[in-house]
Amino acid sequence: MNVPDDLLYTEEHEWVRVEDSEAVVGITDYAQSELGDIVYVELPEVGARTKQMEPFGTVEAVKAVSDLYAPLSGKVIEVNEALADHPELVNKDPYGEGWMIRIEIENPAELGNLLDADGYRNLIGK
Amino acid sequence: MAGPEPLIFEISGRGKSGVKLPEPDVPCQPLEELLPPDALRDELPLLPEVTEPEAVRHFVRLSALNYHVDKGLYPLGSCTMKYNPKVNEALARLPGFESLHPFQPERTVQGALQLMAELGAYLCEIAGLAGVSLQPAAGAHGELTGLMMIRAYHEHRGRPRKYVLVPDSAHGTNPASVTISGYEAVQVRSNEHGRVDLDDLRRKANEETAALMLTNPNTLGIFEVEVEEIRRILDSVGALFYMDGANLNALLGVVRPGDFGVDVLHFNLHKTFSTPHGGGGPGAGPVGVSERLVPFLPKPIVRKAEDGYHFDWHRPQSVGRVLAFWGHFLVMVRAYTYIRMLGPEGLRQVAETAVLNANYLLSRLRGSFDVPYSERPMHEFVLSGDRQKQKGVKTLDMAKRLLDLGFHAPTIYFPLIVHEALMVEPTETESKRTLDEFAEAMLQVAREAEEDPDRLRSAPQSTPVGRLDEARASRELNVRYEWGRAG
Repeated sequence: MNVPDDLLYTEEHEWVRVEDSEAVVGITDYAQSELGDIVYVELPEVGARTKQMEPFGTVEAVKAVSDLYAPLSGKVIEVNEALADHPELVNKDPYGEGWMIRIEIENPAELGNLLDADGYRNLIGK
Repeated sequence: MAGPEPLIFEISGRGKSGVKLPEPDVPCQPLEELLPPDALRDELPLLPEVTEPEAVRHFVRLSALNYHVDKGLYPLGSCTMKYNPKVNEALARLPGFESLHPFQPERTVQGALQLMAELGAYLCEIAGLAGVSLQPAAGAHGELTGLMMIRAYHEHRGRPRKYVLVPDSAHGTNPASVTISGYEAVQVRSNEHGRVDLDDLRRKANEETAALMLTNPNTLGIFEVEVEEIRRILDSVGALFYMDGANLNALLGVVRPGDFGVDVLHFNLHKTFSTPHGGGGPGAGPVGVSERLVPFLPKPIVRKAEDGYHFDWHRPQSVGRVLAFWGHFLVMVRAYTYIRMLGPEGLRQVAETAVLNANYLLSRLRGSFDVPYSERPMHEFVLSGDRQKQKGVKTLDMAKRLLDLGFHAPTIYFPLIVHEALMVEPTETESKRTLDEFAEAMLQVAREAEEDPDRLRSAPQSTPVGRLDEARASRELNVRYEWGRAG
């Protein structure tokens, strides 16, 4: 199971890549593998606000629909439009082309609430 | 097994025909005189052209590929795929039922009205409730109707309230119905025994709670033994008690939900009362209510008067009509037949045998699969494929392998609170011999997960197609045939 060392994670299986004052968010390789084939990803509009650990969207797999939890509070400045037509990108490349939203970080102190790669590996028992 | 059966379009050949039509013996009028120009095509539609034997064989081959309860065990948990006795069909085909027109005057359909009135009375007796509407077309429609009555009840008392509590072990339709009905669903946790966590329920129940929707036995197949305490908690905040009757098969003739304080219950006639489902139904989801909700039942309701049976439309507090005409009448005939054929003793035996069969099957499988909850289940049970997953075999792989072994797979990945869930409901109609055959197939799957996991990952091998692209199937719904593309 791929858990890149340079990312931070939530207990709800989202990953965050911090790029200066911005953060790119997606779901982990473990999450996509547990969900199975993803058929639809519902994302917020650009400009929407996220609040740490509150739902910002949903991901629909063949098996079930799950909420997506925002790792950080902030403002959505970009969403991955490609997922509208190609939700399978989340399965194929969860840390790359399957990214979901980019947010402007509101409160950097919240980063302290996230897991590092080892912490996340522990959580999923890998 | 050969490849997939071609589409009828693919076996079509120009000019082939199944019938030879005689020349018309009346003068032909030009189409242009019969139809307005915008209704006329410039070209003939491209329809498949086949001979009679080609058409017959095509559809016979397709029907033989179908898996159904007349062909074998269908242990789809939560769906109660019991065998449907053929006598139900015989009675539903009596011309006096089958040939009725919904606009016939009441006096010409007295037998049909009597059957509806009696079926309603039987359902009330079975559930211990005061009134019933036979209108809802299926279970989820019954849920919505029940929630509409709950809203009407609270509105009548002042305000509709905001929330409906739904345990995390509920049927997925419950929170969906809550949302559609304009309430907000609030999830209640299960405890380590797989039952409603009463402390969580107490925390979440308040003066804004309209109702709790409980499935009992729940989707883990476990009976909610603390149901009287649940009733007291709801009473303390004036909330109503909805029971999802999907699992009523486990209770028939043994426990009456009305006796433990249920206000609303929907029946799935197509599950518990042996009417066809699994191919689009039609189903029927009558909804029964306690005394205090009777005024809000949909209208009309069949009533017996001195001069015969009538539709009672004079129900000022009714939520109104929820289905065109009178409900799925021929489904009612089948359910009525089933109840009359079995009688009270027979119905009780249905529940007892359903529970016995499920527990027998579980006892055979317990050693080879993880069993997440230790409570004794009722009519169905849930296994976890966690152990097999350690070997790289998912529950989906096991389900696909069961197809090779001649069985319909159980429900998988539901309920969501169980990892890699396999939910098995054999129903009372299966013999010990069939149960043993299924147990052997499941045990073989568990063995193969240990010894030959690739075999499971590459299953099914015996079906005309293997793993389908489910993601694409649910996204690209355009299934119109394009001539020329494939021949």
